Amino acid sequence: MSLLEVSDLHVKVADREILNGVNLEVNPGEIHAIMGPNGSGKSTLTNTIAGQEGYTIETGDLRLNGTSLVDLEPEERSYAGLFLAFQYPVEIPGVTNMEFLKTAVDSHRKQRGETALSSVEFIKNMRTLVSRLEFNPEFLKRGVNESFSGGEKKRNEILQMLCLDPKVALLDETDSGLDIDALQVVAQGINEFRKPHNAVVLVTHYQRLLNHVVPDFVHVLLNGTIVKSGDASLALDLERMGYAWLEQDANP
Amino acid sequence: MSNNITNTPEELIQKEYTAGFVTDIETETLPPGLSEDVVREISRKKVEPVWLTEWRLDAFRRWQKMDEPTWAHVKYPPIDYQAISYFAAPKGEKPKSLDEVDPELLRTYEKLGIPLHEQKMLAGVEEDPSQPRVAVDAVFDSVSITTTFKETLKEHGVVFSSFSEAVHSHPDLVKKYLGSVVPKQDNFYAALNSAVFSDGSFVYVPKGVRCPMELSTYFRINAENTGQFERTLIIADEGSYVSYLEGCTAPMRDENQLHAAVVELIALDDAQIKYSTVQNWYPGDENGVGGIYNFVTKRGACRGARSHISWTQVETGSAITWKYPSVILRGDDSIGEFYSVALTNNRQQADTGTKMTHIGRNTKSTIISKGISAGHSSNAYRGLVRMNPGARNARNFTQCDSLLIGSECAAHTFPYIESRRKDAIVEHEATTTRVSDDQLFMCRQRGIEPEKAVSMIVNGFCRDVFRELPMEFAVEASKLLEVSLEGAVG
Repeated sequence: MSLLEVSDLHVKVADREILNGVNLEVNPGEIHAIMGPNGSGKSTLTNTIAGQEGYTIETGDLRLNGTSLVDLEPEERSYAGLFLAFQYPVEIPGVTNMEFLKTAVDSHRKQRGETALSSVEFIKNMRTLVSRLEFNPEFLKRGVNESFSGGEKKRNEILQMLCLDPKVALLDETDSGLDIDALQVVAQGINEFRKPHNAVVLVTHYQRLLNHVVPDFVHVLLNGTIVKSGDASLALDLERMGYAWLEQDANP
Repeated sequence: MSNNITNTPEELIQKEYTAGFVTDIETETLPPGLSEDVVREISRKKVEPVWLTEWRLDAFRRWQKMDEPTWAHVKYPPIDYQAISYFAAPKGEKPKSLDEVDPELLRTYEKLGIPLHEQKMLAGVEEDPSQPRVAVDAVFDSVSITTTFKETLKEHGVVFSSFSEAVHSHPDLVKKYLGSVVPKQDNFYAALNSAVFSDGSFVYVPKGVRCPMELSTYFRINAENTGQFERTLIIADEGSYVSYLEGCTAPMRDENQLHAAVVELIALDDAQIKYSTVQNWYPGDENGVGGIYNFVTKRGACRGARSHISWTQVETGSAITWKYPSVILRGDDSIGEFYSVALTNNRQQADTGTKMTHIGRNTKSTIISKGISAGHSSNAYRGLVRMNPGARNARNFTQCDSLLIGSECAAHTFPYIESRRKDAIVEHEATTTRVSDDQLFMCRQRGIEPEKAVSMIVNGFCRDVFRELPMEFAVEASKLLEVSLEGAVG
């Protein structure tokens, strides 16, 4: 059974159809990259999968591990094992990263019928994780994304991903706006995360992240549908030729 | 089919008021109405000295000539002051010890989680330092029921009693300081309070004494159709320190009830008073029916050099709050602080803030105000910073932040600055933010339920103020916000 299955997904945002029939199958151990020009529906796809308000599914289905997500609340999708790294992570002033992470982890544990971790235990786990990722431990004491640089915000998303250990991680342009160092840290985090039993879907504009995280499949999203799928070499073609040649294919 | 998001702000802001029960107890109540005779009767019931009866009558006569203030950003139908009863007390003699207190009353405080027993002392066990002791004065309607730890405090020379008792036990102190910070004609509600005040707390901390425990007063309105008019007076003599907390609740009733208190603080040279309030009067129902009108005058005087007064308030209750805990910075190098969290939900209205009057040299004041509005409520910060001509090198820092939850609520900021000195430094920062859909979605995506997410966001917003509360009350305050916001999502 595939881990994530998107079938014939039609989605409207403010009465405009943005996705018209997306199909995607992601199996355990795979990394998929979704590429496409601005406005092609990439973020609509990830937000719809995560259950963001305002994205209306007209027809089609979303399944995680065989369970339909369509009628689930965003937090229930999270418990089911779905994670979305945001393109623009927001700030929560005054709430420390540590507090935020512990609240999230405790909610997940509660769902699994486990007791909350003691603060001491949790802090110990987090310190280990943070030092493995070579983050400054001060990071945990700061307000969630509060006056973080763009790179720090994206690293924080990776930290949250590793902390919650989802089955499927959707990364929405996590590489945008990163300098080379930050890009490598993010890539290292993704490679650390990937296991034979989980999967990663990367939404990206650029080939450069894919030099560090090699995808098994590359899909091109254009005007709300996937017009072409291939292996890692497709990303290189796109880098070279852009999307115009596909657009002609898509609109005969 | 759609991505179903069912938690609208309206659905989630359903507030449960757990303190809304009524205690079934026989009460002695004065019939509604206000006249010189009523004022005399209150004074007679308390067996007060003549000077105090006269003081009350003078206040009453002044009050009759005054008009209700209308400048606050609140709306309510006219109050019929003749329809209110000005005195209500549980029947019978005032209990001499806790054993004599009506068990029904004890149960009330138990239910509210207020400790009236000095268990640890009686059992003679070692004190647990993680459980700081708190002395409590319990005021039920118009009278004080009991005051705990009086003996322990006495050993340190600290006087902590009901106001009525202090009138007899420490008449000189009461006479000297009553009305010295809030004159009886100060404003409409202060004048009314001066005429009819019933009970409240009195604290005197002698020279050089650091009060060994937190002092607190718990106010409970129970009787129907009555107003509560308590009076609190705290005097910190030279070099002393005291931390004081007040809490308040009332039953859920359909009619509005008036609460017009006066609090006066006096800090002499090098003295420090830390006054914290967790105000949870009944706020009315979601349609704005019922609830307490909380029209309160609180003011502290930093009389001495290097004295220090800080007000910390967490205001979650009341239908209407009209309250400006202020500091008069008369002593050189004195410090005034105001830390406030005011939360309004449903149809609640709050107009609250502070006044910092700088008179002495090198005086410093800090104002941190956090207003949270949800539902259809309205929340205003109103503050005045005044630098008098003699206030050399005075400085003030003000930060007013508003957080909106949902789209039907309102937040206002009215900061006034009057500076008569060129060298004064007055800084003002203000922000208005909203609990955004994006914040909420981010939390939910991480598995945090919407109600938990909102309370986490609100708590983060209030962090700077909660830090100022005594530890055990900070936890209390944070829980109270959670209840008051039960599920607010915007």
